[in-house]
Amino acid sequence: MKTGKQRALNILMNVLLIIYAIFALFPLVWMILISFKSDTEVFTTTFIFHPTLSNYQQVLLRSDYARYIRDSLIVSGGAVLVSIIVGVPAAYALARYNFARKEELAFQILSYKFAPEILVVLPLFMIYQKLGLYDSYIGLIWVYQLISLPLLIWVVRGYFEDISVEIEYAAQVDGYSWYQIFFKMLVPLIKPGLVSSALLAFIFAWNSFTFPLILASSKVYPVTVAITKYLGTDSAHYGQLAVAATVSAIPAMVFALCIQKHLVRGLSFGAVKG
Amino acid sequence: MSEQNKGGKSQLNKVPFGTRVRPYLIVAPSLIITIGIMVPFVMAIWYSLTNYSFKLPTHKFVGLKNWVDMLTSTDFWNALKVSLMYGVISTAIEMLLGLGVAILLNNLNNKLSRVLRVLLVFPLMVAPVTATIVWQLMLNSSVGIVEKLFNIFGVYNFPWAASPKTALLTVIMIDVWINTAFIILLVLAGLQSLPKSPFESAKIDGGNAWFNFVNLTLPMLKPSLYIALLFRLMAALQEYAVIFALTKGGPGDTLMSLSLTAYQKGFKFQKFGAAIPFILVLWLVINVAAKRIVKLQRNAQKQAAGLED
Repeated sequence: MKTGKQRALNILMNVLLIIYAIFALFPLVWMILISFKSDTEVFTTTFIFHPTLSNYQQVLLRSDYARYIRDSLIVSGGAVLVSIIVGVPAAYALARYNFARKEELAFQILSYKFAPEILVVLPLFMIYQKLGLYDSYIGLIWVYQLISLPLLIWVVRGYFEDISVEIEYAAQVDGYSWYQIFFKMLVPLIKPGLVSSALLAFIFAWNSFTFPLILASSKVYPVTVAITKYLGTDSAHYGQLAVAATVSAIPAMVFALCIQKHLVRGLSFGAVKG
Repeated sequence: MSEQNKGGKSQLNKVPFGTRVRPYLIVAPSLIITIGIMVPFVMAIWYSLTNYSFKLPTHKFVGLKNWVDMLTSTDFWNALKVSLMYGVISTAIEMLLGLGVAILLNNLNNKLSRVLRVLLVFPLMVAPVTATIVWQLMLNSSVGIVEKLFNIFGVYNFPWAASPKTALLTVIMIDVWINTAFIILLVLAGLQSLPKSPFESAKIDGGNAWFNFVNLTLPMLKPSLYIALLFRLMAALQEYAVIFALTKGGPGDTLMSLSLTAYQKGFKFQKFGAAIPFILVLWLVINVAAKRIVKLQRNAQKQAAGLED
């Protein structure tokens, strides 16, 4: 009786998951289909059409698309790296130490996430031109910290808070240095939070539009800005747009695949809480 | 929690200076990197009191005129309503759906769930503007695939973004499609890092699945849930790309949110000074909501820490 009930529940869970997966993945399948359609067939066909590679040729061979992807990789990857380097220690301090105005500091960092982009970007444009940061990799990596740093710090902080302080003391007693404790014990424990927030930060930096549109022009040209070229004023090239969008999603997809196995808990977790 | 003060060794009454400033030094780089943002913010408050425009070579102080104009216009109250409805409804749906899917992915440890753990994040990776255009093609009333699907069920010409009645529903649906993945990823990471021991003792006590969920999983997951809610709501209240790409705020002013109204006034009508109060109100709304959620999150974190010991 009970196994029958459990099996029914199991089937139900699988069915629900599949229904959601269709909703989530079908538009992506549709986008890939459009990428193989000629402009005339976008509005006249559904599944049966004459597949063509001309959109891919147009985007990948006859434009600087590879360069746009490279620029996006440099600024988004750079932004996440900087966020990890300054953000993980900050998250640790905000989780572990008690100090005056701690919560205010944490909220200050959070508030960068809701600084309205339109409002920030115009004065920043003038400041960047004075500092010589306009249209530079460093300029964009810097401003992207507003996107990536708050998320990373707040997510990782929660994971540090979950680790009981006793295991740090115990390791100190055993003679491990602070750096050994940090990298060998704490980092594996915060891994699910660190990789999921780093992936999200990368995606948000990658998809950022307002900042690169206004703070960069010719030397640095991320894909989000480049994609708008396929929505020309005369007619929209949906096929080329679909190619550009599909190709621009690849780096984040590869990133997601690479970190997938780190999303599960760190190995030493059993020792901490179990 | 107070014992977590590393410097607070009990035999020392005075904490050494070096230990006291250490946390500030560790946090400092993060603040230094981002503090530049306060400059534009203060400038913006000043500009909201002027008739600043890109068209005029100079600007002069106009007092609270922009603010009074905004508060007495129907545009503003409509925009506030649109922003709040969009933000609250889409976030609520995404939280429930994301939590549900994350639990399914976590509980079903089969091949399907392992593959979907990666695949289901993909909608986030398409830039929102592009995602919206793909949806627009799918919802197209004459050739869209969704229309053909609806025809099977006897529904013809569902208006989607074209009618004021269904426009909000349409943008919220697209927002849900893009951003549920955000919740799934954060909640799944949270589920993966739950400690095992409380569940093992619960198994011995013989609690059923629902009891365990309400009394163990949910309280320990709450801090992660609040973080997901916090970041999602902050972004949803500011959402711009989906609405702009789909209808530019139309039909009529149905979808003119605070962000869109501000953008239209600032860039299309070149009245930057008049646009800024709209953004500052949005900033204030988000600030208040964020403070409230952070408070809930801090309490949940303390409770969860108690459960795990």
